[in-house]
Formats: sequence, C-alpha cells, structure tokens
Amino acid sequence: MKRVAVIVFPGSNCDAETLAAARAAGSDAYFVWHRDTDLQQADVVILPGGFSYGDYLRSGAIARFSRVMGAVTEHAHAGGAVLGICNGFQILCEAGLLPGGLMRNARLRFLSRPVWVRVEQTDTPFTSLYENGEVLEIPVAHGDGRYVVEPRTAAELEATERVVWRYVRDNPNGSTNEIAGVTNAGRNVVGIMPHPERRDAPALGGQDGARVFHSMEARHATQHAADVRAVDDRHLRV
Amino acid sequence: MSAFRVEVRVMPRAALLDPQGQAIEHALHALGFGEVARVRMGKHLVLEVKAASRDEALERARAMCERLLANPVTEDYDLAVDGGAAR
Repeated sequence: MKRVAVIVFPGSNCDAETLAAARAAGSDAYFVWHRDTDLQQADVVILPGGFSYGDYLRSGAIARFSRVMGAVTEHAHAGGAVLGICNGFQILCEAGLLPGGLMRNARLRFLSRPVWVRVEQTDTPFTSLYENGEVLEIPVAHGDGRYVVEPRTAAELEATERVVWRYVRDNPNGSTNEIAGVTNAGRNVVGIMPHPERRDAPALGGQDGARVFHSMEARHATQHAADVRAVDDRHLRV
Repeated sequence: MSAFRVEVRVMPRAALLDPQGQAIEHALHALGFGEVARVRMGKHLVLEVKAASRDEALERARAMCERLLANPVTEDYDLAVDGGAAR
C-alpha cells in the first residue's frame, strides 16, 4: 500500500476525486495542505487539478512558491514519484520540475470534454500498467492547456522518449507535437493535462484513467515503511 | 532610500501563437480597422520599489521578473523606471 499525498492549494478543485481515485486503487491516500512542509512519508505526491490562486499572473505561478513545494521538490529530487494533473501539471512546469509551460488554448475557449490520448511511454510510475500505443478516452477541463516548449527541448523530449501521452484524433488546445503529458529526465515526475481521476469507474463513463493510479500502487519497493505515520492535527482529514 | 515606480511589460514570446492577440485583431477588423495587423496581448504591471538608486530599483525588478513575474519559457519582459526606459 503506497502512501499518497494529495496536495491541496487554495483553489484546487479536483483534490477529492483524486484522493478517491488513489484510494480506489488501494493506496493510503491523504490530503496535505499547501502550508505544510511535511509530506508524512509519502511514496507518491499528486498535485491535483483546479485553479490554484485563481490562476492569477499565470496558471500555477503562485502555487509554485507555496510552502509545501519545497518538500515536493525535495521529494522529486530524491527520485520520489510525483504526478501533476492539469493545474498540477502547470505548477510542475512553473516550478521547473518539468520542462515547458502551458499557455492559453489555441482557440481560446475553455475546454471541458473527453479527448483521446495515446500512451506513448509505459516506463513511468503512472503508466506501467498500460500498453504502449493504447488509446484512452479521458476528459480535459482547461483554459490554459497548450503545451509550449522550445524547439530544441521538444526535440530532446522526443529523442529521450519523454512524451508520455499524446493527443490523437484532434489536438484540442494547439499543444506542441500534440503533447498531453511529459516526464522529466529521471522519469519520476509526470504531468498530464487530461483528468484520469474523472474516468476511473464505469459509473463515471469509463475507466481508462484508473490504471494511472493502479500503476503507482503496483510499483515495487516503497521507500518508507507503510506503518510509519506522522501525526499532525493540522493535516486535513477525510 | 526612495520609492521608484517601475513598470513591467510582459509579452508572449514572439515565436509563439498569441490567440488573444489574434481574436482582438479579428474584432478590430470587424469594426472596420482594416489597417491593423499583428496585434499581440501581454500584461502590464506597475510596482513601487524602494531602493537607493534607480539602477538598484531596476536590478531588483529584473530579479522579480526572473523569479515570478515572467515565465522565461513562454514570455519576454522589459522594464521602465520613472519614465526612463531600460532593458
């Protein structure tokens, strides 16, 4: 059982579904408030979707400096698994934990609809239970989803096989190379623009997203004993 | 120490698509302003910075841009202090 910290920023709004999806996959998931600095021996950190700090200045630009991000960066640098979904992806880019940035959708409209993405890499903590080339139907809900990266970095991402998901059938937001999700050089930090937590059960219209959470749970070798649990009343309880 | 008024202009990188600028350009064309082209939209921030000199105010504002106000991947910025422009 993996310990999964779901970070809650002011303006996060996918935190509850993300926690539920992780728990449904068998994880010991809990919330960590953005002001905390203790990830409570997390094996995996998830930055959920939403509109942290109202997307002021740029999406993710303010959240990236919140107190908890010091611990998240440390966790990532130590090789710990980190997943950013939607606003979480934007925050990871702003924090420099992932390359590139996310800009206003090419056709400006806020998009809230299913899209299709192809799994391009199964060699990450969040895609190991997928087949390479599998096409998933997962919804997006974003205004700033156009992934932008310098041509040199884009070429490097392709050459080092770090594009994890790619939009197929159409490119909803004008992303460079149809990129829907990327990973860092260490392949432990992953960002995805669509919302896998919104497609993890038949009742939600499909379960193409469920294996994102099952993959992290299936990963061997936790770095912390599962029974160690820091007690801190400031942490949110569910 | 005195207070300097620093203006920061943040623009999407020239090579990148600016859909907001395009939408504004289309609206201007629809209003009959056919002479307008290449409209781009950015942000304008006004800061009051306490510093010993104009140069120091600029240097601090530049550091603020590098850390927070502009995203080096997607945006360029320039600064002006108390009416005098500087890059």
